[in-house]
Amino acid sequence: MKTRRLDNYGKINRDKILSFRWDKKNYKGFEGDTLASALLANNIGIVGRSFKYHRPRGIFSSGVEESGALVTIGSKDRRDPNVRATTQELYNGLEASGQNAFPNVNFDLAGINNYLGRFFAAGFYYKTFMGIPPLEWGKGTAIWMFFEKFIRKAAGMGSASGLPDPDTYEHAHDFCDLIVVGSGPAGVAAALEAAEKKLDVILVEQDSLIGGNQLAENDFDNSQIKNQLENLGIKIMTRTTAFGLYDNCVVGLLERVTDHISAPNVNIPRQRFWTIRAKHIIVGAGAIERHISFNNNDIPGVMTVNASKHYLNRYGVLTGKRIVIATNNDSVYETAHQLSEAGANVTVLDSRTNFEIETNKSFEIRKGYVPYNINGSKKIDSLDISKSEIINKFETINCDQVLLSGGWSPAVHLLSHRGVKPKWDYNNACFLPSDTKENITMVGSSRGLWNKNDCIASGIAGTTDALNRLGISKTNYFFPKPGGWKNPIQPLYEVKYKKSRSKSFVDYQHDVTTDDVRLAHREGFISVEHLKRYTTLGMANDQGKMGNIIGLSLMAELLNKEIPEVGTTVFRPPYTPVSIGALSGRNVGKHFRPLRVTPMHQWNIDHGAKMIEVGLYQRPWYYPKENETLSDSYIREASTVRKTVGICDVTSLGKIAIQGPDSTEFLNRIYSNGFSKLQVGKARYGIMLRDDGIVMDDGTSWRLAENEYFMTTSTGEAAKVMSWLEELLQTRWTDLNVNVTSVSEQWAGVSVAGPKSREVLNNCVDDSLVVTNNNLPFMGVTSTFLKGNIPCRIARISFSGELAFEVYVKSDFANTMMDLLWANAKKYDGCLYGLEALGALRVEKGHVTAAELDGRVTIDDAGLSKMASTKKSYIGSAMRKRGVLKNNDREILVGFFPTNLKETFNAGTIVCEKNNIKGQGIGRITSVTYSPELGHWIGLGFVKGGLDKWKDTNLIGADPVRNKQMNLKVVSPHMIDPKGERMYA
Amino acid sequence: MIRINCPYCGERDHSEFSYGGDATINYPSLDASEKEWTEAIFFRKNIKGFQFETWHHSNGCRMWLVVERSTVTHEIKSVKPCHPDLQKVVENNK
Repeated sequence: MKTRRLDNYGKINRDKILSFRWDKKNYKGFEGDTLASALLANNIGIVGRSFKYHRPRGIFSSGVEESGALVTIGSKDRRDPNVRATTQELYNGLEASGQNAFPNVNFDLAGINNYLGRFFAAGFYYKTFMGIPPLEWGKGTAIWMFFEKFIRKAAGMGSASGLPDPDTYEHAHDFCDLIVVGSGPAGVAAALEAAEKKLDVILVEQDSLIGGNQLAENDFDNSQIKNQLENLGIKIMTRTTAFGLYDNCVVGLLERVTDHISAPNVNIPRQRFWTIRAKHIIVGAGAIERHISFNNNDIPGVMTVNASKHYLNRYGVLTGKRIVIATNNDSVYETAHQLSEAGANVTVLDSRTNFEIETNKSFEIRKGYVPYNINGSKKIDSLDISKSEIINKFETINCDQVLLSGGWSPAVHLLSHRGVKPKWDYNNACFLPSDTKENITMVGSSRGLWNKNDCIASGIAGTTDALNRLGISKTNYFFPKPGGWKNPIQPLYEVKYKKSRSKSFVDYQHDVTTDDVRLAHREGFISVEHLKRYTTLGMANDQGKMGNIIGLSLMAELLNKEIPEVGTTVFRPPYTPVSIGALSGRNVGKHFRPLRVTPMHQWNIDHGAKMIEVGLYQRPWYYPKENETLSDSYIREASTVRKTVGICDVTSLGKIAIQGPDSTEFLNRIYSNGFSKLQVGKARYGIMLRDDGIVMDDGTSWRLAENEYFMTTSTGEAAKVMSWLEELLQTRWTDLNVNVTSVSEQWAGVSVAGPKSREVLNNCVDDSLVVTNNNLPFMGVTSTFLKGNIPCRIARISFSGELAFEVYVKSDFANTMMDLLWANAKKYDGCLYGLEALGALRVEKGHVTAAELDGRVTIDDAGLSKMASTKKSYIGSAMRKRGVLKNNDREILVGFFPTNLKETFNAGTIVCEKNNIKGQGIGRITSVTYSPELGHWIGLGFVKGGLDKWKDTNLIGADPVRNKQMNLKVVSPHMIDPKGERMYA
Repeated sequence: MIRINCPYCGERDHSEFSYGGDATINYPSLDASEKEWTEAIFFRKNIKGFQFETWHHSNGCRMWLVVERSTVTHEIKSVKPCHPDLQKVVENNK
């Protein structure tokens, strides 16, 4: 196979030969190649198969707009599908393969789809969704359901590896005065001007080299520009794409750190996701050359003119020998000249008849001619051409390449991200950026400037605009007028094929043809947004960078309108695809969210705890002995608490210090129950409501001194309660003299529960008198010392229903406290208990937690009406009485027993009446446990009308998810010791 | 991305803050009627343009702020402490 590489062309490093694999065969390229240029150099024409028709596809472009050369890079867990070969830098050992083909891109069995094209026209999916005609019309979609998986497999691009991504990704942030997107002449001019004016500048370039489209020039050398930029302190970020613009001049960047390296250092991330906060943004994103629609305009060998120039001058690859260039504008002539100088036989078809162009006559120009049809299937054999005035086959030219230039589309995408609609420019046949009030300025060919000097002038003007808007200067400036060609462009989007069946592609990647656009029109999908969705025009990786305007022009013609009247679809971020890995950055696996541990976390683990996540917290779940299961363990732990004593880490509870002269008044307003008469040295259980009368949280508040309280909240609601208290004090009750401070991290807490808890504690405190029944009665609070002079707070509070204490020490003393308590608890055959046993104990007592207080429950629903004071007003007191919360059929807290005590049930079970098992039933079970005390399963939950209505009725527990059903009995939620004799002991 | 110039901490990303709500509500007294509370809690204007709203600098100084923000462009005109006494302190220190 002959190479297409030329000796005297290109800026590749010929001293560094790189070997790579394409579809399991070995090839060679050079440092500085892209995969696309290396494939072209090796004379590989077919690099993929198209989306629907499986037509052979080649390389269409040399950049991000590529819609043909989408390949899979890497293998196994590093397989990266849908990579544009045109932007993938070559490295030693690169492994790439074609997509959407079996067995390979050269011989693809699904190529038969090409001949079944009329079945796969636009709207194919939508129509088959409704049933396959005529067999299924009106009779369902069974055939579709059956064929769907085959169709989906046949249509598509590369596939993901399905394995965990072994690479790391990073999120990074930066700030600057000015960010310039694009390092073409305009962007560089803007950056230099800004840096000279002392702005802090970042210059972003998606390519590996700076220069923009100048990299396609044969005499371009960027080293001097690079030095200039660096000397002025400009931060240059290459291989970095500005993929989106966001509010307040925030730019999202994707930096490809190691995608071009064969064996990257494992300690650096593969890609970096940057969030840059700038004061002004200058976009010099360039313009993208369009193709032209005509029959078979997708045969491998078709390319844009500018791409061919890139391959010649940057990579030293002559892409064809007998080249036909089809154009409607002046931009191709330099390329035509250079290609013929490089040894190609070049013919230019220019659709225009009246124009003057200076050439050295090294190639033929055929004025008034357009391409009509390509002959060939896997490569170009010849091109039928037509006169532009009378479209029909005129003559055939033998050639191996057809280069197209249907005009240029300024890359207005980034501005479009900000909701700025581009405006159509008739003279240049393209959309130009509109002005915006935001600090964003478009420069260079992305504002429709076609020559270099205009681009440079626009860059300087852009920076002046930025300086003016930032209030740094007040200088007049003007932008050059769009355009810059000697002869005007003549719009040319489609050359209509006269035969009935044609394949004139508008959007290569999704196989959208001109006929598809016409079909959409016939079927009524004439709005641009409908056209896009019906035909999938502009929806693939390239997002219509090449084909969108052609689609619009066709629709405009069909509607007898102008392109601006038809409109344009909105470009949304990202400009080019961003990997999910980069979006998630380091927030994966264990780093997905923060981990909170209590100060005795290690102590718990050392003492056999199995942990469970509760919110962000790791809490002890159960402490198995030897071969105990979870169930064995928690039942033993709960029984031990009821028999002797147990110790449980409750540090994760929210803790708030409330201080100041108005503290009592404050608590009295936020809790539904009275706090005005709480004495110093006493704690009280309280319920907080939201403004709308629903329960927000419950907890205890301890009056430590006249003006000082210690509040505990539930684990899950701690942050919310804290914010709520701050909001009230800072926005509503600004006259109250109260200070709230979160002390959740400062105090470590344990619950010591069980009939022997007082004895245990007695052995642990310095002064044994402090915990006697007289000195520390139920709900009593004391500040004292544990042995070893450890200051502590003890409150006699019970969640388990047993005689129990909560003991708090400063977090640093947590382990000492645990050692002390555990040593003494062991003397009474006590245990350590975890969340599962804690749950069992509280369900037995009918105490509610987050499972019950789910944001829909009122204080009355929770059976805590006694906690709602009638003597005062408080947050939610007016709203809790509103009609809908007082309905008779509200679901009220009850206990549940299985009628057959040997049966079990699960939380989430729906409670129904017999013979009426449907929908949401009449209630639900929220928490369940095996009750060691009662010897069977019990549950807490809600039922419409509550205990009074159902206490003698057999109800059904329906658990369709787990395919279970059982008979239920409704009981009082206070399933053991309803009078609380044990607590008061 | 919204940037909020916290009067205590300086300009910070909105990710440091939590959105509160309408800052112009006059919450009725606790003993006010259900009707007054219903008005205050459930009825909101859907403003196109600048509105006053509360933000909590929850991952910062923990202060509640009144932010004047355009719902159309996210432009922020002013940021003040919610607490009137603190507003005065900030004003005096300018």
